[in-house]
Amino acid sequence: MSERTATIASRVGLHARPAAIFAEAAGELDLEVTIAREGEPADDAMDAASILSLMSLGAEHGDVVVLRAEGAGADEALDKLVKILETDHDAE
Amino acid sequence: MQTFSGVGVAPGRVLGPVRQMPKPVQEPRGNVNIPADVTVESQGQRIKDAAKAVQAELRARAATASGEGKEVLEATAMMAADPMLVKSAIRLLSPAAPGGARTAERAVWEAAATVAESLKALGGYMAERVADVLDVRARIVSELRGLPAPGIPASDVPFILAAEDLAPADTATLDPAKVIALITSSGGPQSHTAILARALGLPAIVAAPGVDGIADGMEVYLDGAAGTVTVDPGEDLRLAAKAWANQASTLAAFSGSNVMADGFRVPLLANVGTGADAVKAAEAGAEGVGLLRTEFCFLDRDDEPTVEEQIAAYGAVFAAFPGKKVVVRTLDAGADKPLPFLTNADEPNPALGVRGYRTDLTSPGVLERQLEAIAAAEAVNQAEVWVMAPMISTADEAAHFASLCAAAGLRTPGVMVEVPSAALTAATVLREVSFASLGTNDLTQYAMAADRQLGPLATLNDPWQPAVLQLVKLTADGAAAASAASGTAKPVGVCGEAAADPALAVVLVGLGVATLSMSARALAAVSTVLATVTMAQAQQLAAVALAASSASAARQAVRAQLPILDELGL
Repeated sequence: MSERTATIASRVGLHARPAAIFAEAAGELDLEVTIAREGEPADDAMDAASILSLMSLGAEHGDVVVLRAEGAGADEALDKLVKILETDHDAE
Repeated sequence: MQTFSGVGVAPGRVLGPVRQMPKPVQEPRGNVNIPADVTVESQGQRIKDAAKAVQAELRARAATASGEGKEVLEATAMMAADPMLVKSAIRLLSPAAPGGARTAERAVWEAAATVAESLKALGGYMAERVADVLDVRARIVSELRGLPAPGIPASDVPFILAAEDLAPADTATLDPAKVIALITSSGGPQSHTAILARALGLPAIVAAPGVDGIADGMEVYLDGAAGTVTVDPGEDLRLAAKAWANQASTLAAFSGSNVMADGFRVPLLANVGTGADAVKAAEAGAEGVGLLRTEFCFLDRDDEPTVEEQIAAYGAVFAAFPGKKVVVRTLDAGADKPLPFLTNADEPNPALGVRGYRTDLTSPGVLERQLEAIAAAEAVNQAEVWVMAPMISTADEAAHFASLCAAAGLRTPGVMVEVPSAALTAATVLREVSFASLGTNDLTQYAMAADRQLGPLATLNDPWQPAVLQLVKLTADGAAAASAASGTAKPVGVCGEAAADPALAVVLVGLGVATLSMSARALAAVSTVLATVTMAQAQQLAAVALAASSASAARQAVRAQLPILDELGL
């Protein structure tokens, strides 16, 4: 099991356009990636490819989340997803 | 040839195919027996396929949309095939699920309801997405049932939209390039359908029983002034539609200065909600703004907008009318325009509840901050700013509002006259303020005790009702008395939908109304008709209307003396 933490960079938090960009990227992978708030049990983690899950996670700007995935290429995939979370898409 | 009649709410003679608005999606029944040959796997596949199909359709629509509409459609498309939504629906198919196995339709319904609940609980932006989730749910369930998707039908050719009634949410997705007219079996002259039609300049008929049964694709002729819909029209009606199309272009332009036949000036102003509306109204020649609906700045908000946000919103409207009058109505929340931070959703009778100016009693401070913002926006613009409070009932309320305006540095305070008590005591109410504006939609609803939205009460809910016209006259007479007593003019305007009816506009002017404010679309038609009558004729027609025994008798008697209306198809 690979694991990464990321700090939400978008000023609006992880919803609207930033959430859509992230969910789309997670959905394109051949791996199941989960997302949870830092400190929450891995069993409560949610599907990172689900925009509805991301929205109900309610992560705001500056919140820390944990991404988890298992299988070949998991490390590279998570690194890519962390980069998306740590980019402020509203500033583009 | 089959004919339907209803209440014409926006004029125009057009011809086109009918498209029916699909009926709202009914909730799938729970606790039904699942036949033994229906497997969880096959139902799960149906849900996945339906979700994918809905997603594809929304993506296709997003591809042709632009701006904010495109973003909303793209986000909704992602929700449609959301893995979490699909997985939790599939879990509910299993006999092991709490409550037992469900049909595919029921499983989608319940899974989406759970998601909607959790978003609602988060509040703010998330809670606003609940409508999107429910829209996606309705689409997937319709797809599973093999029924057309809910919402305004997509079409390659322009069409006449038929429905039972339209909801405010439908109006956001209505494309005026595709929809050429509206007909509804329910709804009244002040319904959302009617208000939307007038704003977009679409011919419309409401409360016409049976029109929601006209077959899709059937060609009909519609006369928005007469209130008639004719299926399979003959050659004469085809020619009438052609004639309307030719002269509609001459009616589309307003000179920017409304003058009656004898040279009497009656300024025509526009009703606007936003800076963008105001720019359009100024382009249409409006001589100012007679009603700035400030609640548009507040709607869809869970909290009060900051003073800075308000200054920007009002300033955008003032900037479109330098040197011209802009009448700002302070926040009119409550009843059909609830605001979570101001109004109580549990009132048994919201139309008679804490709404309009009355929210100052329960949420003091909001009004003062709004007046502060209006004054600050006025200071950096050239518009002549007047301010009025909605739902004023007594002279004491008017005096209190005037003192708040004075404290904020606003020089011209006024009141809306919508509550019959304010019309009956206009002479004392106007002693306290500088002007009044008649909100005929609510004034009619309260005078006739008839809910604006109810189709069966459409005849009562008609501003041509002689009782309503009496209240208009009392207000104008009371204002004239207050003017004489104070030595300063205290004008009375009308900013309800009544002002947009060219025949009624003549009557209102005859009753003593000094300015008329309406959708920018109606300016040209009203001005064209007023240009053909003198003040003496308008006063005579007002007397005819006041003496009539019913709304329809008043309308007919006045129209009979204004032949230009029929010539122009108004």
